[in-house]
Amino acid sequence: MKWVLLAFLFWLVMCAINVRLANGPQTRLTKVLVPTLFGVTLLVLWEGLVWGLSISPILLPPPSSIALRFSTSLPILWGDFVQTFIKGALSGYVIGCGAAFLTAVAVDRSDFLKRGLLPIGNFVAALPIIGMAPILVMWFGFDWQSKAAVVVIMVFFPMLVNTVTGLGAQDAIQRDLMSTYGASYWQRLMKLGLPAAMPFIFNGLKICTTLALIGAIVAEFFGSPIRGMGFRISTEVGRLSLDMVWAEITVAALAGTAFYGTVALIEKAVTFWHPSQRN
Amino acid sequence: MTDFWHRAGPVLTMILLLVGIWYGAAVALNMTWAKDKAARADQSLSFSELVADTMVQEKPLLPAPHQVVKEIYNTTVLKKITSKRSLIWHGWITLSATLLGFAFGTALGILLAIGIVYSRAMDMSVMPWVITSQTIPILAVAPMIIVVLNAVGVSGLLPKAIISMYLSFFPIVVGMVKGLRAPDQMQLDQMRTWNAGKATSFWKLRLPRSMPYLFASLKIGIAASLVGAIVGELPTGAVAGLGARLLAGSYYGQTIQIWSALICAAVLAASLVALIGLIERITLRKMGMLQ
Amino acid sequence: MSETVISAKNLSLTFQTNDGPVHALKDINLEINKGDFISFIGPSGCGKTTFLRVMADLETPTSGTIEVNGMSAAEARMQRAYGYVFQAAGLYPWRTIGGNIRLPLEIMGFDKADQAERVARVLELVELSGFENKFPWQLSGGMQQRASIARALAFDADILLMDEPFGALDEIVRDHLNEQLLKLWARTEKTIGFVTHSIPEAVFLSTKIVVMSPRPGRISDVIESTLPRDRTLDIRETQEFADIAHRVREGLRAGHAYD
Repeated sequence: MKWVLLAFLFWLVMCAINVRLANGPQTRLTKVLVPTLFGVTLLVLWEGLVWGLSISPILLPPPSSIALRFSTSLPILWGDFVQTFIKGALSGYVIGCGAAFLTAVAVDRSDFLKRGLLPIGNFVAALPIIGMAPILVMWFGFDWQSKAAVVVIMVFFPMLVNTVTGLGAQDAIQRDLMSTYGASYWQRLMKLGLPAAMPFIFNGLKICTTLALIGAIVAEFFGSPIRGMGFRISTEVGRLSLDMVWAEITVAALAGTAFYGTVALIEKAVTFWHPSQRN
Repeated sequence: MTDFWHRAGPVLTMILLLVGIWYGAAVALNMTWAKDKAARADQSLSFSELVADTMVQEKPLLPAPHQVVKEIYNTTVLKKITSKRSLIWHGWITLSATLLGFAFGTALGILLAIGIVYSRAMDMSVMPWVITSQTIPILAVAPMIIVVLNAVGVSGLLPKAIISMYLSFFPIVVGMVKGLRAPDQMQLDQMRTWNAGKATSFWKLRLPRSMPYLFASLKIGIAASLVGAIVGELPTGAVAGLGARLLAGSYYGQTIQIWSALICAAVLAASLVALIGLIERITLRKMGMLQ
Repeated sequence: MSETVISAKNLSLTFQTNDGPVHALKDINLEINKGDFISFIGPSGCGKTTFLRVMADLETPTSGTIEVNGMSAAEARMQRAYGYVFQAAGLYPWRTIGGNIRLPLEIMGFDKADQAERVARVLELVELSGFENKFPWQLSGGMQQRASIARALAFDADILLMDEPFGALDEIVRDHLNEQLLKLWARTEKTIGFVTHSIPEAVFLSTKIVVMSPRPGRISDVIESTLPRDRTLDIRETQEFADIAHRVREGLRAGHAYD
């Protein structure tokens, strides 16, 4: 019981500190410190509650045992990471987003295609694409190719919709200027269309990082060689060794955050001129 | 009228084109099996006979559209709603988890958004974690959540609803925070010159102004909720629901069953989003905010 | 020595809208000579911007003819016969000021050395030297418009078309830019078409003022200015200036601008 009390005390103290920091001047340090303290508090609370309330580790392992399992399973975790993230998610992401981008440029030339494909694209982007996983496993086999295929389908339509919207995002004056210079289609595309579309393209790329990871992992539930994050999660759940499951979740969270963060950094460099990046 | 055709014409053309491509792909993919079957039966079939065969296979690699339509018809209209084979029954199982999770997610999302907008401390501590939470692929974690909750006696509808809730609350938090912060400084200052308190300012300014953002997020949220409910059905050994039908179909190689469950899920998703769109139009029209 | 550069004969433009046809321009007849500074003034809906856009081949007339440099407006556009300045600067935010001025030069195929020389030259003309590596959002509204004018001058087109370029700026900046524009015009000897809704601006800048009225868009008066080509801001205090402004106002009244 004393663990529970200690944990709550810690939480109260941290809350007070956080409120103090939040209401003070906002510096780069406080912007990082406040959420970090919040996160650390959650972990301490978690640990305290598990010990204090004697929760079975089969149900909810404390952070300490997860950390232990993590550090002793690095080779397995790395192998799973390569299988799922690098081979499945990343390749599907590159193929899917690339194909969507090229399709969007082609679609942009034809108003008819735009009016026809955009509503369909919006529709398909809202569908539970993940349901196609079993079909794709049947077509492409158990290994990473079927997972990449799932990712391609999942990222294609959101990326397509975002890129087409972006290519239409120039204002009338910028377009008329191109007419007064007698610019060709390609000159218009390279010098105006694409740069103006970058904020939308990156919005799509960021959304697709999350979709890619989820797609690759969940697709493994439907069939996988004896490697992969999704495979590991479902088998370890079956064995009730949840600390391994949490270790895999940690890898997934780290990979997801790093992936998203990398794309966001590139976005900052490319769209430095956009008001949202300047505030 | 011409405006309708101007907008619907290209879409309908595209759909017809896609259906045509689907038929073509079905012929192409099922052709190998058709040829093998003919070879084993020592028959030599003409091309058109082979094509005809690709349209009626029992476990085709790619079912033809009419096969899927027939299967859906068989399992919806021709079955009693209470039968365990009825697609409508399975659809209802998934739908109930979706709606419950969506309701939780919306409530949680709105509360969090209000907290984030009104408390600096919450804004700085919670918002980064809300964003990070989306990089944790919750769908991947669904099996664990189901098993854990089952072990403490929570089973059936609730665990799936919790997964749906997790997936839908994020777009709603982000949308509501944007919406509640939408009034510009001028409008907020005006409220203060009228000595309006925080509550009045909330109900009369921030909340109405956030409606368009809220509805946009609700549409994303409900689609995410449905995906959550479907994936939540996978780990429990595939008993009931559309996700279960998908899994069962994939275990037994019943491709037509897989496709019919998939189409049913797609129709469900589209109808839910359209329903929210309808509610949005009615609400915004009453508020005079329809664009 | 005054050759006709732009010639409009019986020019009409009707827009088909949901509320019926809109006669933006009806039977416009106008000749613009080389070296003219011609202003178009009138209330909203009188067609002044539409006419400017017709000259630039950004709109197509429904009847009548328009000739620029002896050829059709479309051909003149492909020959890059004019520079256009819009109401808003329209600078591309992902390019520096120098990059924005280089934009038409890149499209038209000037070589790198030529581009650099031209950029330096036009920046000096609009007194923005040293701002080459700044981004548009780092400049004030007035400076952005000056950059936009520089961009229109970069490729040495003989004609400059300007659509209310100073409309969004305050009066003091406006006065300063008007002076600069006149100096520029004297130095470069271009033909300038200028749309404005400010009577003092039209009278101060032009050699010829075209007064237009709406519904349908037509010319109600063409005034040849008697003011000397070489002017300073002080000329606005003279009787001659007031007389011309009076005549403009009469033209506007005749065209029901004040109804």
